[in-house]
Amino acid sequence: MVSSSSNYPRQLAGLFAKAAPAVISVGLLLLAWELCARYSGIKPTILPAPSRVFAQAMLNREALVDNAIPTIRATLFGFACSLSAAFALSMLVDFFQPLRRALFPVFVISQTLPLVAIAPLVVLWFGFGLMPKVLLVALVTFFPMLVALVQGYEATEAEIGQVLRAMGAGRWRAFVLARLPSALPYFFAGLRISITYAVVGAIFAEYAGAAKGLGIYMLNAKNNFRPDLVLAAVGVSAAVTLVLFGLTVLLQHLAMPWERADRQAQGKGAGR
Amino acid sequence: MSRLELRHVRKAFGGLEVLADISLRVGAGEFVSILGPSGAGKSTLFQLLTGAQHGGGEMFFDGAPLDDHGGHFAFMPQRDALMPWRRILDNVTLGLEVQGVRRKAARARVAPLFAEFGLAGFERHFPAQLSGGMRQRAALLRTVVQERDMLLLDEPFGALDALTRTAMQRWLEQMWRHHRWTALLITHDVREAVFLSDRIYVLSARPAHIVREIKVPLPRPRSLGGDTARQASVEAEILDIILNPEPNPQPPKGYDHD
Ligand SMILES: Nc1ncnc2c1ncn2[C@@H]1O[C@H](COP(=O)(O)OP(=O)(O)OP(=O)(O)O)[C@@H](O)[C@H]1O
Ligand SMILES: [Mg+2]
Repeated sequence: MVSSSSNYPRQLAGLFAKAAPAVISVGLLLLAWELCARYSGIKPTILPAPSRVFAQAMLNREALVDNAIPTIRATLFGFACSLSAAFALSMLVDFFQPLRRALFPVFVISQTLPLVAIAPLVVLWFGFGLMPKVLLVALVTFFPMLVALVQGYEATEAEIGQVLRAMGAGRWRAFVLARLPSALPYFFAGLRISITYAVVGAIFAEYAGAAKGLGIYMLNAKNNFRPDLVLAAVGVSAAVTLVLFGLTVLLQHLAMPWERADRQAQGKGAGR
Repeated sequence: MSRLELRHVRKAFGGLEVLADISLRVGAGEFVSILGPSGAGKSTLFQLLTGAQHGGGEMFFDGAPLDDHGGHFAFMPQRDALMPWRRILDNVTLGLEVQGVRRKAARARVAPLFAEFGLAGFERHFPAQLSGGMRQRAALLRTVVQERDMLLLDEPFGALDALTRTAMQRWLEQMWRHHRWTALLITHDVREAVFLSDRIYVLSARPAHIVREIKVPLPRPRSLGGDTARQASVEAEILDIILNPEPNPQPPKGYDHD
């Protein structure tokens, strides 16, 4: 509606302009690394050059893809679980405030558990299958999502609540009509942070024991003195994270069409 | 017969005494204004009426204690409280939607009013795409289409420029004559109060009590260019009360009795 389709090319150009600094800084970093690896005399078995990492990644692409799939699966499953749980609990907490004081300390403690210690235990309890990975991913992403949602509900403008109450809307109505949409910006902020944790969580779980996955691939590569393959797997996991991150941004764009209007209203005249 | 009646209503936030003693009544089909300085507690009074806060004293609606806060009032808050995620059309029909009116019927009901409110062509816009004055008009439209027993308007024209404000005041006066809404209006604006109201309660600064009740002796229909001299003298009288609060308040007297 907001004449978005007509200036799509411009939006795209703007996107490139925004991405340019990041591309340049990453490029410079890789260049420095390349030069360092080539001319410092450090052996490639210690510090492989990015060009070598890339070449090896290409050579082993089938194995990499094969191992990336279980990681992605664990990430998505785990994230879906934690999202549903966080959503259900956030609603409970919103409707019964005392629950908040009872439950939040438990969740805070769950966040202080060191992954290094917890991952092997979960694998010990639940085996090498999908289950322990899903659990670990859920564990690291659940709390940020819960906090984001609860905070989002609370950010509802008081006057909107007052207007709805005067209209005769009950609590459930007010939740659906006002609190839930008010929480969307917080939800997406939480989503962007959690999705990066989720990939790390899955890899950690695999590192502690798995039949397949980027985590176990890294471990094996390290044990075989192949830092180039470790780094190739790191590159793949970074790419996966970036894609997931991009998806959340896209999703937000689709779910909150008014946000563009908000931004335009705020940035009227400034910049462009 | 009075629709709304408040007896000795009080409210304090923690140690801050905001409303000291408010007694007032609004008759059926009557337009009453509350005029008072900023921070006096005017919006707080509406919070009590809509059930967002609870305080001391008694409130009655149609003679019965007011306990269904969501049943009688169409409320317009001081900040427009439009939902940023809803298009203007959907914001305006919100009250009808809550009442259970079908979306199509609700839209049909509000559609002809958009032109009158100067919002034609903006039905599909989001609130952020409207000017402050347009947002306020949308909020007013959302309020009047609910067709409740009584209107509660908290400074409905505060964000409008002088010209638009005058036009909207005219519109409201005209609509009021047409519908005979029972209405309680909060305002800072003495002219607005005089132009629109049958009666005016003047509030003191916090902790608020009612300094004076004034019956506006001007005939209807009112026009801004009408009996200007008389209108001006009423306005002057009220300004005098607000600016020179009497050290020992006399018992309230009806303005038009002497
Ligand atoms: N929820 C609240 N908690 C604490 N204090 C409050 C609350 N709501 C209002 N107050 C206080 O009550 C006083 C009166 O506020 P209120 O909004 O009713 O003023 P008002 O008469 O509407 O003023 P204005 O004309 O500027 O809108 C203020 O001092 C304000 O700080
Ligand atoms: Mg106010």
